[in-house]
Formats: sequence, structure tokens, C-alpha cells
Amino acid sequence: MSAPDKPILQVKNLSVRFGKGAIPAVNNVSFDLGPERLGVVGESGSGKSTLGRAIMKLLPTVARVTADQLDFEGNTLLDRREREMRALRGNRMALIMQDPRYSLNPVIPIGKQVAEAALLHRRVSRSEARELAAKMLEQVRITDIERTMRLYPHQVSGGMGQRVMIAMMLLAKPRLVIADEPTSALDVSVRGDVLNLLDEMVRENNSGLLLISHDIRMVAAFCQRIMVMYKGKVVETLERLEDAEHPYTRGLIAALPDPAHPVRRLQTLDRALIDAAEPRP
Amino acid sequence: MTLQNSISNDEATKSYAARFVRGLRGMWDKLSQEPLGLFGFAIVLLLIICAVFAPWIAPYNPAVQNLAEALRPPSAAHWAGTDEFGRDIFSRLIYGARITILTVSAVSLIVGPLGLIIGIVSGFAGGRIDSVLMRFTDIVLSFPSLILALAFAAALGAGLETAIVAISLTSWPAIARLARAETLIVRNTDYVSAARLYGASPSRLLFLYIAPMCVPSIVVRLTLNMAGIILTAASLGFLGLGAQPPAPEWGAMISSGRKFMLDNWWVAVMPGIAILMTSLAFNLVGDTLRDILDPRHVRS
Amino acid sequence: MKEFTLLEIIRRLGQLLISLFVLLIVTFTIGRVLPTDPVGAIVGELADPAAYTAMRQKLGLDLPIYEQFFIYLNSLLHGDLGVAVLTGNAVTKDLAQAFPATLELATLAVIISTVLGVPLGMIAAFFRDTWIDKVARVISLVGHSIPVFWFGVVGLVIFYAGLSWVGGPGRVDTYLEGLVEPRTGLLLIDSLLVGDTETFWNAASHIILPACILAYSAMAYITRMTRSFTLEQLNQDYVIAARAKGASSLQILTGHLLPNIAVQLVTVLAISYGTLLEGAVVTEIVFSWPGIGQYMTNALMIGDMNAILAGTLIIGFIFMILNFISDLAYLLLDPRTREVTP
Repeated sequence: MSAPDKPILQVKNLSVRFGKGAIPAVNNVSFDLGPERLGVVGESGSGKSTLGRAIMKLLPTVARVTADQLDFEGNTLLDRREREMRALRGNRMALIMQDPRYSLNPVIPIGKQVAEAALLHRRVSRSEARELAAKMLEQVRITDIERTMRLYPHQVSGGMGQRVMIAMMLLAKPRLVIADEPTSALDVSVRGDVLNLLDEMVRENNSGLLLISHDIRMVAAFCQRIMVMYKGKVVETLERLEDAEHPYTRGLIAALPDPAHPVRRLQTLDRALIDAAEPRP
Repeated sequence: MTLQNSISNDEATKSYAARFVRGLRGMWDKLSQEPLGLFGFAIVLLLIICAVFAPWIAPYNPAVQNLAEALRPPSAAHWAGTDEFGRDIFSRLIYGARITILTVSAVSLIVGPLGLIIGIVSGFAGGRIDSVLMRFTDIVLSFPSLILALAFAAALGAGLETAIVAISLTSWPAIARLARAETLIVRNTDYVSAARLYGASPSRLLFLYIAPMCVPSIVVRLTLNMAGIILTAASLGFLGLGAQPPAPEWGAMISSGRKFMLDNWWVAVMPGIAILMTSLAFNLVGDTLRDILDPRHVRS
Repeated sequence: MKEFTLLEIIRRLGQLLISLFVLLIVTFTIGRVLPTDPVGAIVGELADPAAYTAMRQKLGLDLPIYEQFFIYLNSLLHGDLGVAVLTGNAVTKDLAQAFPATLELATLAVIISTVLGVPLGMIAAFFRDTWIDKVARVISLVGHSIPVFWFGVVGLVIFYAGLSWVGGPGRVDTYLEGLVEPRTGLLLIDSLLVGDTETFWNAASHIILPACILAYSAMAYITRMTRSFTLEQLNQDYVIAARAKGASSLQILTGHLLPNIAVQLVTVLAISYGTLLEGAVVTEIVFSWPGIGQYMTNALMIGDMNAILAGTLIIGFIFMILNFISDLAYLLLDPRTREVTP
């Protein structure tokens, strides 16, 4: 392990408000991220996806992002101009999105899309970019690379598409990878493969991974730390599921079906109890 | 269960009226939030007023010639100048509004019900009737409407009535398709099925249940179409196929004014401004109506 | 799935043929059935009974309707569209002479309206609700409401009579007329082919105003539709992914959005071309442009039904073929219709 240098990402009191709405979508979230895997768990509406996009400044202009600190590799992102952000995105920081059927451009061949990542951030010619793309596709374990590069996104399977997405976004070897529900749209059988691949590449580059998901079990198995979000706030940070104290986290864990111990009725969340522990802002 | 507490006839009528008024006021509230729509609405209103009250509004008689005053530029006496016969153009424009309103209303009154009937029959019947009717509609839709209207009008003889018929013959497909689309949605709803179950006949279903549901979108479409109808009618008039001189049809006025356009621009330009304003107004009203009435339409 | 597509194409071709057939029926009806006295239209009202009957027989009007229709079809297939009253020529000959002028005008107008309209629509969508969006919508709205022929008049008054920026009516100044041998019929190209730059610039100055006027009215539709298509695409995930990759707005607009709306744009362009043809018909006379429009307008004034119907047929044909082409575009160009590999 490398010597403890500055954390890759330092966030303090990050909040996101949409329009004139009083209730923030993300509410005073603080955390540090080093070269580790940090999971962000929550239900839909918890603000986890918004958090990921806010960090990369990909939210629409109606969103107002405020924070005491938002540092990436030691430099603040808060007042960065769009042009500077563009140099960082896809280069030093990457976003992996949920469904490759929609997050890949449907009318552009795969090879061209992956090569675009190289063209944007490396001074290479078109043919060099294509070679780099081919190499990346090899790394994500795609067979028959030449043929795949000529295909369109709808012509490949979900698992393959997601691997293409990973290749495309990790080509420039970013230090920060934000994965927003990377396996939710995939068949259960291929989820493990894609996650392992992601893990491998993140480790290789000594990068930090922010894994956003609603699947607490997957996040617990895969990440070193887990951040639980509810209604825009971080209610708890854990390293192991057993350490869960907050009623929301415990409720989530209790609601998981256990094939070893089948029950007649799955537990549901007791919102009254949770809201009592977590007053409205 | 007896209907012991049924409302008396009087109260029923009163509640209908109250709901209607409330509905109108609701629409007015929404309309007043759209300044452009209001502007368009105002112009349409102005047009109707001009048409109805032309004899009282127009400063001069549109048909009276005064060769001494021929081809005068716009002035205080003649707001839009005079034409080659000395007739006041402004008054002619006002009287021309009658022709415009007449054309637009007539075409809409023909095309609306015609398209509606074809559409709902097609959508309701389904099967062969539907595909034959829709095939026919698509074919007419793929014809060049202006050119065909031109050919029709040429064959039937120039005149306002022929122009109206000619325009109508090529405008109904859009309404028919719309009505059919609405019918396809409505015919599967529960309340139509319920009516079917208690024995409503097909024609009753069609006219009392399905047709009313299609009306709002058809009204919007007709309003949007009106701008186009005005332009087509003006084109026909320009080519000499609409209302015949000395009738003050705006398109025809442009045509006759063209001879003098290089030195006496107002004769040809003024009627065009009238056409532009009117068409613009109908477009604005139609757009606003669509925003208000169609909940499914995404505001751009 | 190539066979699939082939089947689709054949099916649409069949629909096209049926539509053409219906158009023929319609024009035949207009020509023979509608007018109260087609014979009188040709021989004049004061002809003597013998001439009247002779013409009636010649026109085949004493035959039953369906036979008349077959004769009509037959002559069409032989390229006989009748004789024009004004020129005395076969209508086909007249139309062939007039057509290139309209073609040149409409094509130039389409080019101008696309080059201006598509970027405007895309930018308006991208910068939605900003001033540029509002300007685009005003342009669209006015273009949608303005009578094209009147706009032509205004244009001539301002830019020719007033400012002398452009040439006046006609394709070239009269002293240059007929100098260039018509090879394609498109004056701009012909004059370049011969190397006659004076004619070229003169023709350019004459065509630019009508082309821009027509282009403006087409732009209304093109801009609005492009804006609408772009707005749909802007909500898609791949746009966010492209931004996440670090692509700039320009790169996203041209490299990502444009390919996605390209196929829809082809349809819009095909329809616009058709609309421009119609616009040209009314506007040509304003510019004394010797195309189909002026031909038909003149025919209207003297009631030459042969010429009118022939023009209607031609334009109707073109309209339908344009529709057909745009349908084809969807089938052939959209990568999403290609087969999905397992």
C-alpha cells in the first residue's frame, strides 16, 4: 500500500438544492475517500445518485451545490470553471452509469465511443486512439475485439455493454471512479464478473471507488466502508454490517431475504421509528 | 335504494351552470398566465369584431371608387393608403376580415365533423374498415394540399365557395387521424366498457361517449389549422381563385397591388400585414390552447 | 435481416404505387368530371354545334367514364399530357423546360434552410429558454404565419427596388438571357460549366432573394422540429455519459446529438422540400421565375386545364416520392433497425 497521502476526495457539508425547494436533495454530507472502496447505500430518493453527480458537477443548472469543502486530489472543485472540469472528467475522475443500453450512444459504433475517451484526453491520432480503445477492451475481457468495435450498443449484451462502459471511462486511468448502480441493470449471473473487473481496475490504478447502490448486501460484500444515506443525509458509516446501529440501517438489513432462514413475511421499514431518529431538516 | 334525495331540476341546472362557469374561469386563469396567448386571443377578437361590425367600423365604403384619390400613400385620412381605384385600403381590409372569418369558420365547420366521424368510425370499428379508411386518409395526407386545392378551384370555377370546398377537401385527414388516435385510447377505458355492458348501441357509444372525448384535441387542432387555412386561402386568392373582385379578399388585394409594388408599396404590403397578423394570432392561440388543454403535451 | 428490410421496402413501394394511382384518379376526376363543360372550355362558348360535337368525340367524352379513364392512363404512360393552350406545345415539353428552374430554386432554398435551420434548432434546444431560444421560436412562429408570396413582394420592394442589393425578377438580366446553353437546366451550374462567370454572378444575384424567402418559410418548420428532436435527446443518459467523459458542448452537439437526430431530420427535409415546391408555385410569379409555378399560374389565368392538371400530377408525384424516400431513410439509415446479435 502506498504511504498515506492526501485523500483522493474530501467532502465536507455538501448540500444540493433544486430550484427554490426548501428540502435539499443532499443534506450536509461529509466524508473522505482514499484509495479504497466506499459504498453509498440508500433507497431511491435518498440522494445517493445526486451526490455522485454533484461531485463531478454534472447536475443541471437548476441544482445549487454548496459545500464547506469539496477537494479532489487536494484541489478544490467548488469554483472550478466548466472548462477545467471538462479536463478532469473522463480523465482524472470517471462516472460509470447504470444501464449501458441508454448510457452508450445508440447510433455510434462501440469502438468509436471508446476511442473518443482517448481522443479527448490524450494527444493521439485517430488510429492511435483506436488502438488504445482496443487495448482497453481487451483489458475488460471482451473477446473478438475487432468485431465488437464495429458493433452498436444494442447489438451486445448488458454485461458486455457495461464492460465497454468501464473500458471507456477508465481508459485514462482516473483516480476517482464513481459507479452509479453499475450492476442494477444486469443479469444476476454477470453482476459478479462486472464488479470483480471494476475492482481489479480500481486496484491497478490505486484509485478510489465510490460505489452507489441500493443493494446493501452487494455493497457490504464488495466495499471496505459503507455510507448509509436516508433523505439526503448520511445516517451511518460502517465497516461491517454487523456494526449497524441506526434504525434505518438495521431496518434495511432486517428486510433482506435470507434463503437459509425463510420467513412468512419479510420485514419492512418502520418509518415512524426512523424519522424519529432522523428529524426532518 | 330509492332516489329520495334527488336534486330538483332547478338545482341540477344551476349546478351545471355553476360548473360550466367555474370551468371557464379556470381556463381564463390559465390563459391569463400566457401573455402571448392573450395577445393572440385579443387579435382574433379584434378580427371578429371587425368582421361583424365592419359597416360601423370602416371609415369608408370599400367599394366606392374615387379616382382622384388613387394610389395615395398612408396618411391620416387613409390609414393604409388608397388603391388604384381610390378605394380606402384600410376599410377594404376591415371588410376583408369578413371573408377571412367566413372562410376559416366554414372550413373548420366542414372539416371538424367530417374528420371526427371518419376518425371515430375508423378507430372504433377496427379491422378492415379501419385499415381501408386509414389508408385512404394517409393517401390524401400525402397529396400536396395547396396544389390540389388549386386544381380543384380551377376546375370548379373561381369563387369563395369553391375555395372553401377545395381547402376542406385536403384538410380533413389530420383531424381524422387525431380522432382515430383518441378513439383508440378511449375505446378501451372502463366507462366505455361499462356502457357496452348495459347495452348501449354502437352509435350511442360513438356519439355520446367517444366523440366528446375527442373534442378538446380536435378543437386545438382546428385552431392550429386555422393559421394554415388563412394562408392557403390567401394563396388561392392571390392566384385569383378565391372571392372574386371587387370583393376585398386580402390575397387578391396583394395580387392586384403587385403591379404597383415598386412605386406604391402599400397597396400590396398592407393586406399582407393583415394576413400575417391574423395567422400569427391563430398560431399563438392554438399553441396556448394546446398547452392548456392537453395535459399530455409537454410544454417546450 | 436484410430480407426483412427488403420486404418492408417492397411493401412501401406498393403503397406508393397505390397512392400514385389514386392521384391519377383524382386528377382525372378534376379534369373530366368536375368542370361543367370541358368541351366549352376548349372550343369556346360560341362554337357551332358541329365543332362542339366533333371536339366532344375527339375528347372521347361520349364514351363511358371508365373507358375515358383507361384512355387517360394510356396516354399518360405514353407521356402524353395533352397540349397547352398558351404555347401550343405538348405539355410534357413545356414542363420539361420549366422544371429545372423550379428545381434549382427549391434545392437552393432547402440547402439554405437546412444550413441555417438545423444548427439554430439544436442551439435553441441546448440553450433552452435563453434569448437564443426565444429568438429561434419567434423566427419559427413568424415563418409559420407569413404568406410566402407576400414576403416575396416585400423582399423585392426592400432589397431590389429599395436597396438594389439583389437582382430583380427573372433568372438573369435580360441582356444575358439565353447566352448559356442549358445542359442541366440549372443556370448556376450551367454557367460554371461553360466558365461564364458574368452570367453566374448575375444568376446568383437573381436567385438569392427568392431562395432566401422560400428558405425562411421552410426554416420555420425545420428549426422547430430540430429543436424538438434535440430536446428529446438531451434527456438521454448518453448525453450525461458524454459529459462525464469530458466532451465539450460543441462535441456533444455535433458528435453525439446530431447523429441521433439525423434520420428524423431526413424526414423533415423531405417534407420541407415538398412544402418548398408548393411555395415556389405561388411565389414564382412574383419573381417572374420561369418554373412550373409560373407555368401553372399562367395556365390558371386562361383556364388551361391540361397544363394545370399536368403540373398537379408532377408535383403530386414528387411529393409522394419524397415521402417514400423519407420512409426509406428510417429503414436504411438507422443503426437501431439492424439486427441484434445474441
